[in-house]
Amino acid sequence: MKRRLQSAIAAALLAYVSPAIAQGTLRIGMTASDIPLTTGQTDQGGEGMRFMGYTVYDALINWDLSKADKPSDLVPGLAKSWAVDAADKNKWVFKLREGVKFHDGSEFTADAVIWNLDKLLKNDAPQFDQRQAAQGRSRIPAVAGYKVVDKYTVEITTKAPDATLPYQIAWIMMSSPAQWEKVGKSWEAFAKTPSGTGPWKLAAFTPRERAELVPFADYWDKARVPKLDKIVLLPLPEPNARAAALRSGQVDWIEAPSPDLVPSLKGAGFQIVTNAYPHNWTWHLSRVEGSPWNDIRIRKAANLAVDREGLKELLGGMMIPAQGFYPPGHQWFGNPTFKVKRDLTEAKKLMAEAGYSTDKPLVTKILISPSGSGQMQPLPMNEFVQQNLADIGIKVEFEVVEWNTMINIWRAGAKHETARGTTAINFTYFIQDPFTGLIRHLQCNLSPPAGTNWGYYCDPEMDKLFADIRNTFDPVEQTKIMQKVHEKYVNEALFLFVTHDVNPRAMSPKVKGFVQAQNWFQDFSPITMAK
Amino acid sequence: MLRYFLRRLAYVAPVALGVSFFCFLLVHIAPGDPLTSVLPPDASAAQQEEMRRIYGFDKPLPVQFVLWLWQALQGDLGVSIATGRPVAAEVGKAVGNTLVVALLAMVIGFALGSLFGFVAGYFKGSWLDRGASLIAMLGVSVPHYWLGMVLVILFSVQLGWLPAGGAGPDGSGAWKWNWEHIRYMLLPAITMSVVPMGIIARTVRALVADIMAQDFVTALRAKGMLDPGVLRHVIKNAAPTSLAVMGLQLGYLLGGSILIETVFSWPGTGFLLGNAIFQRDLPLLQGTILVLSMFFVGLNVLVDIVQGLLDPRVRRQ
Repeated sequence: MKRRLQSAIAAALLAYVSPAIAQGTLRIGMTASDIPLTTGQTDQGGEGMRFMGYTVYDALINWDLSKADKPSDLVPGLAKSWAVDAADKNKWVFKLREGVKFHDGSEFTADAVIWNLDKLLKNDAPQFDQRQAAQGRSRIPAVAGYKVVDKYTVEITTKAPDATLPYQIAWIMMSSPAQWEKVGKSWEAFAKTPSGTGPWKLAAFTPRERAELVPFADYWDKARVPKLDKIVLLPLPEPNARAAALRSGQVDWIEAPSPDLVPSLKGAGFQIVTNAYPHNWTWHLSRVEGSPWNDIRIRKAANLAVDREGLKELLGGMMIPAQGFYPPGHQWFGNPTFKVKRDLTEAKKLMAEAGYSTDKPLVTKILISPSGSGQMQPLPMNEFVQQNLADIGIKVEFEVVEWNTMINIWRAGAKHETARGTTAINFTYFIQDPFTGLIRHLQCNLSPPAGTNWGYYCDPEMDKLFADIRNTFDPVEQTKIMQKVHEKYVNEALFLFVTHDVNPRAMSPKVKGFVQAQNWFQDFSPITMAK
Repeated sequence: MLRYFLRRLAYVAPVALGVSFFCFLLVHIAPGDPLTSVLPPDASAAQQEEMRRIYGFDKPLPVQFVLWLWQALQGDLGVSIATGRPVAAEVGKAVGNTLVVALLAMVIGFALGSLFGFVAGYFKGSWLDRGASLIAMLGVSVPHYWLGMVLVILFSVQLGWLPAGGAGPDGSGAWKWNWEHIRYMLLPAITMSVVPMGIIARTVRALVADIMAQDFVTALRAKGMLDPGVLRHVIKNAAPTSLAVMGLQLGYLLGGSILIETVFSWPGTGFLLGNAIFQRDLPLLQGTILVLSMFFVGLNVLVDIVQGLLDPRVRRQ
């Protein structure tokens, strides 16, 4: 029976799949429910930038996505070099790469950089685009002004000295001014026939259904000219539908297969590709007056109570147990003295010192959501942590709210009435750069509504370190400060560190040459499809 | 007849107004922020405020409602927040996609439902009745998204006969009426047809069984009329009520199914609604619900009129 079934599947694959994959077409099932915005500054979060940002476009500074064995760092993109002015730390000079062409054939110059920054920041510019501005503006908070120095040199000034500017600039995609003019100065028209400088060109696009990318042969980085003939992007938000599409040969690659499907996909011969990347799954603790988490003994005890290995088993191995806010091995991890691991004896001792035990438990409420971007499997995972904490005398009750509502509560802060008196929020974080990774969560003046320091944490010593990050322009020295910050994060147990996602993807064995960078974004150029 | 027809049409206006009011209100009292889809999560408060102003969410609700209604009356359903595309075009395209599947599902569901119902009712109490009733009951009881997944596992993954999802090899934009495309709609249509099949079968069975027990059938038989003749009378008597049920079912089918269309990634109204709900895309949500409710209202009028044509008693009421 089994053999008959196998031959039936093989025959079916031959009959239905072969015609669809010409030479080197890679079909990807995304988790997004729509094709991300195609005009440059994408929507749909990290996935949008992954598939429609760094494919069709470049930033002045790109991410190095060529390595799987170490966290990726910034590399020259459309700017071949950049430096802060020695005398005036508010002034940065970007030297642009010469001879770069947009997909429409026009040349990329300093004017195009200014035009693109105006597109996001200058409300009365003809090319100002509300949709792209909404996505891009908050990525470059440091930028105060910019001007052309010469055809291949741009000067950007910042509001205050800020050494994190390169990370901010890496978000900003360069769309073609000439193409925008050509299609009648309309972003709606541009969306259908976009033009960037990236390694891929958008060839066809049906909203909500599919987009086709083809290689841009004149790409400036010859090493990254795509080898495939075509990539087809399909929005498949439902995890079971995504897995079924992969199994039936309708797609060759799916993003984020759910952990319970992974063993059967592996068994059916699909590759499961995973790697660490700057993501974490924590409880962001409230430091508002009255919160039990103001007591470092309780914070440490909770961190010592979580059975991360058990949780890993629950998730079929699809996670990296947290040892801090950043995944172990990250360049900013440093060398914290507090070791995040399971140690119930020590945890109970700390709880006893704080005046609690399993007989006299600490009762507190935590905000969680049943699903959401980057949330992994929030319900079983939180229940698991709840049981762990119960073992040391922390009785957790959950306030469950839908993901979209949770984002609003996260913005509103722990003091807001919508937070319903909860003392922690299970928010998962994109932590790829110094600001999103470290600063935004804990800087005093970023408490809501000014920012997203949800728990109103405020420590002058930490603020001083944040200021040092912004004022240290030597990357090596800056990294050392980031390590110090992370050590403080861990040593003072400022979050309940639980896990990091491993960004799983399942793909057909025909997909060759993919290197999963330790990054939210990926490079599709080296991929080929075996016959 | 004309008066009946006009009276039915006159009811449409207040119903439509009420529907539009409730759909606006429901969408606005639901928790969540429509701007989440267009702003990164850590957008500043000032930026959120500015977007709220640009999209008009800073105005009082009654003002928003009147503005929206006024535009809707002129055929302008606004612009989707998440995509920036006009809602009318998005809904129009989705309705078209749902329509093709719904019509196929309707043909399958109505034909099988009527057949099973009639056989069960005509042979009430026999094994034929029990068999047909069992199928009808299963049709109503089985969760259709579950059935959809099972069909995908069976026909797409295991057998590889039919695609697991999508609207054609190149998307609905390149739809053609050939086997290469039609095979994409078979599984969603079959899944969708199961509930109406069950409901119609049960309704028809009850009606037929009821009519068969009436005196006039006995009288017809006593007069020596043969089965085919009796059958014709039974069908004629059962038709108006069956039609009303079918009209309602067609309304449900046209509304698409969020679950089925999501399982099959079919870009119809259900898929659109699902996305709009998760993204809190209020204009898209309002527009889609309004259009779908109008379908219902329109279909009900149509069914009433057809009923009136078929059955003089309805006209007189």
